[in-house]
Amino acid sequence: MVDPGWYMALAAALFTIGAMGLLVRRNALVMFMCIELMLNAVNLTLISAGRAMNDLNGQVAVFFILVVAAAEVVVGLAIIVSIFRLRSTASVDDLSELQG
Amino acid sequence: MMAEAVLFLLMGTGALAGALTVVLARNPVYSAMGLLATLFSVAVLYVVHLAHLVAAVQVIVYAGAVMTLFLFVIMLIGVDKSEIREEHVPYQRVMVLGIGLLIVVLAGAVTFFGDFEWVPAAASRIVPGSTNGTVEAIAGPLFTDWVLAFEATALLLTIAAAGAVALAHYRRRNT
Repeated sequence: MVDPGWYMALAAALFTIGAMGLLVRRNALVMFMCIELMLNAVNLTLISAGRAMNDLNGQVAVFFILVVAAAEVVVGLAIIVSIFRLRSTASVDDLSELQG
Repeated sequence: MMAEAVLFLLMGTGALAGALTVVLARNPVYSAMGLLATLFSVAVLYVVHLAHLVAAVQVIVYAGAVMTLFLFVIMLIGVDKSEIREEHVPYQRVMVLGIGLLIVVLAGAVTFFGDFEWVPAAASRIVPGSTNGTVEAIAGPLFTDWVLAFEATALLLTIAAAGAVALAHYRRRNT
């Protein structure tokens, strides 16, 4: 079997790409997809760690993360759509009302 | 096992290519397609890890429902809006690159220099089939040890659905 370290390395690479995309991109939708990427990287980590440790609870945790991510997507996309209705933009740079 | 190494290489490459597409594509639709590729590749890796239920949920809920919602919103907002490329924060790209390198170095240090002797697989003490994630096997801990968390997620889903409906109706009520 492939060493669990390689799965961890793949998950770390996915997480890093997601984090860098979240910091670089301005489009709210693409930033949201980068968050999903990071969530998936963590899920992969939990599953491979669970297998490496002969423990089923890793998969149960991933199941919960999937549910929470689905709820997050629903609310987040609703917020993005209502911002777009108000401002006609999906760029996060234009949302600076709270800036002093 | 040779098959797992081949699958890991193929699906790992697919997942990384999809992830890079998400970040680098200018068109949000291409980003969504890249995310879809990553989700499917990771689902295959879940099957390799015998997490059958989670892989099925990943494909049905994520690749099916969530990505459809994403594409729907992309079409609603419009894809022709070009993103501003200039940096608003000084040295943003350089700092992001530094943060990325830091994560890679830290994760690499933990992965390759960490002491994994307490992990059964690292010491070749893996029990075959002990993590076979069938529906039956997942349901056991889900409805015994984790039943409180399960109820909490039910509440969370109800709140999220109600919140999304409230957000969607907000403007219409005021005008």
